[in-house]
Amino acid sequence: MSRIMDPATEADERRVPAPGADGDGPVLALRDAAVRVGGRTLWSGVNLRVDAGEFTAVLGPNGVGKSTLVKLVLGTVPAAAGDVRVLGKPPGRANHRIGYMPQRRAFDTSMRLRGTDVVRMGLDGDHWGVPLPFPGPRRRAARARVEEVIELVGASAYAHRPIGQCSGGEQQRLLIAQALVRRPRLLLLDEPLDSLDLSHQGDVAALTGRICHREGVAVVMVAHDVNPILHHLDKVVYLAGGGSATGTPEEVITSATLTRLYGTRVEVLRASDGQLVVVGRPETTGGGHAAG
Amino acid sequence: MTTDLLASSPLSQPFFQHALLAGTPIAAACGLVGYFLVLRAQVFTADALSHVAFTGAMAALAFGCDLRLGLLVATVAIALLFGTLGRRARPDDVVIGSVFSWVLGLGAFFVSLYTTSRSTADGTAGVSVLFGSVFGISAGRATAAAWLAAGICLVMLIVARPLLFATVDEATAAARGVPVRLLGYGFLAAAGLSAAEATQAVGSLLLLGLLAAPAGAAIRLTDRPYRALALSAGLAVAETWAGLFASYAVPKMPPSFAIMAAATAVYAVTFLIRRPAATRPRIRTPAPARS
Repeated sequence: MSRIMDPATEADERRVPAPGADGDGPVLALRDAAVRVGGRTLWSGVNLRVDAGEFTAVLGPNGVGKSTLVKLVLGTVPAAAGDVRVLGKPPGRANHRIGYMPQRRAFDTSMRLRGTDVVRMGLDGDHWGVPLPFPGPRRRAARARVEEVIELVGASAYAHRPIGQCSGGEQQRLLIAQALVRRPRLLLLDEPLDSLDLSHQGDVAALTGRICHREGVAVVMVAHDVNPILHHLDKVVYLAGGGSATGTPEEVITSATLTRLYGTRVEVLRASDGQLVVVGRPETTGGGHAAG
Repeated sequence: MTTDLLASSPLSQPFFQHALLAGTPIAAACGLVGYFLVLRAQVFTADALSHVAFTGAMAALAFGCDLRLGLLVATVAIALLFGTLGRRARPDDVVIGSVFSWVLGLGAFFVSLYTTSRSTADGTAGVSVLFGSVFGISAGRATAAAWLAAGICLVMLIVARPLLFATVDEATAAARGVPVRLLGYGFLAAAGLSAAEATQAVGSLLLLGLLAAPAGAAIRLTDRPYRALALSAGLAVAETWAGLFASYAVPKMPPSFAIMAAATAVYAVTFLIRRPAATRPRIRTPAPARS
């Protein structure tokens, strides 16, 4: 049960066009990667290749290690086996080219910082010293970049309000702007749709898809529910039962693949609008908030 | 002409000059540290540190060493202890509450040790630690306090930006390479030093007002982080000056009282100022239950 690779997946790996005519190589490549946390192997045998402009979702039940995959890419959790390359380097070496949005609860309503301040932190929040209050070309460039990225995510209307007073969807847009402000090549989003209502889920998913395909940023999104992002996805990594399946959503989210992953009978139904309903998987009865 | 003016003004009095020399940088340091204490919701930590300051000073007196040494060692050591007991150098309330009462008990022990074993020559030392004696500060002590406070200010300005990032958005800051833990410890140490410094100005019982009130007022007045940081330091300095001059004008008012009264008055006034752009938060649609 520890290593399940869909044959279709490997075929898909080969179908992916040679990335970056500029010879950049894949943005993210996992080969037979495994992760061990507290002596327990969360998952193993994960193969994944993400190229520029590809939207990949990491799916699976709660507690399976979805967020751990993101941490592996960031280099905060070591790989127990296999090979991980982020922008051609070992994890942790290229974090300045990664936009990361951790899983979180909403900002406290009393948080008296404007959305622009939060976005600005993504640009130079790790520099030492206070920004000097004198006008200059660097300051103008920083402001212009913050404004530009806020415009890109469509948050201009509320970016000057205290972020604690923005709605959950508005906060997520601002945080995506924060992750994008340094023009990353890879965007890691950990459950950005969590705690949003359905219409906001659709908005944020569409925004992410647009950024991914138009700006050529590779996106890896940890998601609980595939439906809001299904139309935008290029690839899916499904983690369950210690193994994984990788491929296009049509290849992975099938009764046969999920049944093999979960080890119990799981059925995938397709509604007339293309939405997928997974029946019988453990999480639909389990619930809970523990993140993978 | 200036000498004529100065002769009648408090600025000609050496004790007042010393109070200003020590009080100004101490207030600025408290304002800078206080802003982050409020933002990080660590005001309770500062409260505990103020009591630690009392115990440290009493221990120093009981063992016959320099009072300031006791203050500095106790506040910084306990601040760092809070950090190790909490997660990611952020102490939680239960830890603080337990250590805090234990330390205060130690303080009571040192007081009785001091009053029974030492001569009663300096019997008011306990009171001056509790309520401060900024007008009694000597030139040498004022200079030393001013240098240390200026150092705290400098360090706070250097770490302000990454500390703000780590405060608001810890996980992202850590992924960006900000040394979140180290900053957490460093900030606790700075808070401990500020508490030790402020004890000499306004006393351990009242120093929380100097740490929390200007910062609280600044955060109510502006949403811009660096403006709030500057405003917090500026308010703390202005309130200290106002308190010192008021106390000079009305000798019945102790300076600590006057400084605290000014700080509290400014904080109260911010509640009367309605911020114009304060849009009410929208009614949020509750997230659909997942499971």
